[in-house]
Amino acid sequence: MIALRGIYVIWLRELLRFVREPARIVGMVAQPLLYLILVGNGLAHGFQFRGTGGVNYLAFMFPGIVAMSVLFTSVFSAMSIVWDREFGFLKEVLVSPVPRAAIAVGKALGGTTIAVVQGAVILILAPLVGISLRAGMYFGMLGVLALLALALNGLGILVASRMESMQGFQVVMNFLVMPLFFLSGALYPLKGMPTWLAALMQVDPVTYGVDALRHLVYAPGQILTALTQFSLATDLTVTLATAVLLITVSTLAFNRAKSA
Amino acid sequence: MPDRIVVENLVKRFGTIEAVRGVSFSVRPREVFGFLGPNGAGKTTTIKMLATLLVPTSGKLYIEGLDVVRQRQEVRRIIGLVFQDPTLDDRLTAWENLMFHGLLYGLSQAETRRRAMPLLEMVGLADRANSLVRTYSGGMKRRLELVRGLIHTPKVLFLDEPTVGLDPQTRSQIWQHIQQLSHEHDTTVFVTTHYMDEAEHCERTAIMDHGQIVALDTPEHLKQLLGHEEIRLTVRKEALHERPRWEDRLGQRFSGSGPDLIFKTHDAGADVTRIVEVIGPSIQRIEIKRPTLEDVFLHLTGRQIREETVSAREAWREFGRRRMGR
Ligand SMILES: Nc1ncnc2c1ncn2[C@@H]1O[C@H](COP(=O)(O)OP(=O)(O)O)[C@@H](O)[C@H]1O
Ligand SMILES: [Mg+2]
Repeated sequence: MIALRGIYVIWLRELLRFVREPARIVGMVAQPLLYLILVGNGLAHGFQFRGTGGVNYLAFMFPGIVAMSVLFTSVFSAMSIVWDREFGFLKEVLVSPVPRAAIAVGKALGGTTIAVVQGAVILILAPLVGISLRAGMYFGMLGVLALLALALNGLGILVASRMESMQGFQVVMNFLVMPLFFLSGALYPLKGMPTWLAALMQVDPVTYGVDALRHLVYAPGQILTALTQFSLATDLTVTLATAVLLITVSTLAFNRAKSA
Repeated sequence: MPDRIVVENLVKRFGTIEAVRGVSFSVRPREVFGFLGPNGAGKTTTIKMLATLLVPTSGKLYIEGLDVVRQRQEVRRIIGLVFQDPTLDDRLTAWENLMFHGLLYGLSQAETRRRAMPLLEMVGLADRANSLVRTYSGGMKRRLELVRGLIHTPKVLFLDEPTVGLDPQTRSQIWQHIQQLSHEHDTTVFVTTHYMDEAEHCERTAIMDHGQIVALDTPEHLKQLLGHEEIRLTVRKEALHERPRWEDRLGQRFSGSGPDLIFKTHDAGADVTRIVEVIGPSIQRIEIKRPTLEDVFLHLTGRQIREETVSAREAWREFGRRRMGR
């Protein structure tokens, strides 16, 4: 009971803070758009892609960019827990009767909600790259994004619970978030990669999220077979399992982390 | 009435640093209890242990009969803590900060509002409740934190240096509020400070230095530890040869050298007239000095209390001294 209340408080605060920061909201939509326009167009004109099955490159990249925005937002949001613990609100919560696990879960749910809202906005842009989304697909993709966001928030909190200050943030961005992004198949198809690269791609949880999104975007047929690597069932199972695992582990880790 | 806080032989070590070195005391219900000591004395560490945020290396801690180490959850319900550094969310409004606090302690929004209103009124923030906290001044934030700490009517409110960094006027306001609330609520206030003069506002004060309590009493009694007030006088040089005669007549020796004489007494007010009688026109100036807590600290530790943070070199010396076991 008191744990639920704690989760609710942390979640609500996360959302309130989010809507108070218009700059963050604008940035969240502008960044993926920028990637699409600059990187997407650049790559589309600069290289001839194998294995995109005739789909235009922007349409290929789009699910990847949506996943990217969820990745960045989730990890960033989860990492702010370090800041909160050292300087603010979380210290308040740590002396209250609310169990610590509630903090980690509330934070993860808050970050997930924000990431999904962001995804929902970006998905509306789909027609711009030639993808027409039906309602069922739209909500299906939001479901996938929610699972992916949960997993990545779990990952972020796990890392954050080991960190004493925000100084390590840059390291995390460079050596965790960027590799997760580049290895996910967001920018290029996974097929025909060197084995070592393929192996790395297979342990990246974002890979399965991106793959699941592609299942929903393209109609079944040759193109779909060409652009996806696993079955939708595999994608969903792996993403769900990763989310459950990471949320559990991160909650335990946060429980054990030294208090401020 | 049983004591509300009981601390026995509390020790906290961080690696080789012994931050708290065997501290014992107890605090009564509704008391305003002060912890006075320079930076690094171990005040915050003690508060964190009492507030369940740090596990003691050894020793016993009880609040309202609850074992602070074993019954954390129960203890957390009945304590409030205002940290040394502000912990408000400054992107939220004052009211939202209070509402979240209420929710954490199981209060409905309506109940939180009902409790918050008179408190906000008391500290003069009622008309600013819907402003973002980032628009608040340092003193306003402190007052808001005080209110927040009281929303769930804790049995013990810990205030860690509530006045640090504030201007003198705001400091005295905060102290007025602290005293008012300890009268109006059944709340024990445990407050730390490194401002010597502030200990005067407490009913009892423990003076802490290097992780140990070197004295614990009412401010009045603490000052009596020095045992004396001083009458300081400057006399004409030409009359100095009369000093032995004055001492005879007063029945007591002066300390001090040259024309500057110090007369130690328990009742400076009465003795000053005797001195004027005896020495008369040879007095150039005369002043009565009552001991301050600053003097008490100096007397007990042989050092002046340090304002603000210690310099790096001093910190090093301190560190070395501790490692050598002083
Ligand atoms: N987490 C910690 N790790 C190591 N040393 C600490 C820690 N917290 C406090 N100390 C040390 O313990 C001593 C007492 O600190 P503190 O309780 O903060 O003093 P005060 O609040 O009286 O200024 C200091 O020497 C400080 O450096
Ligand atoms: Mg301190």
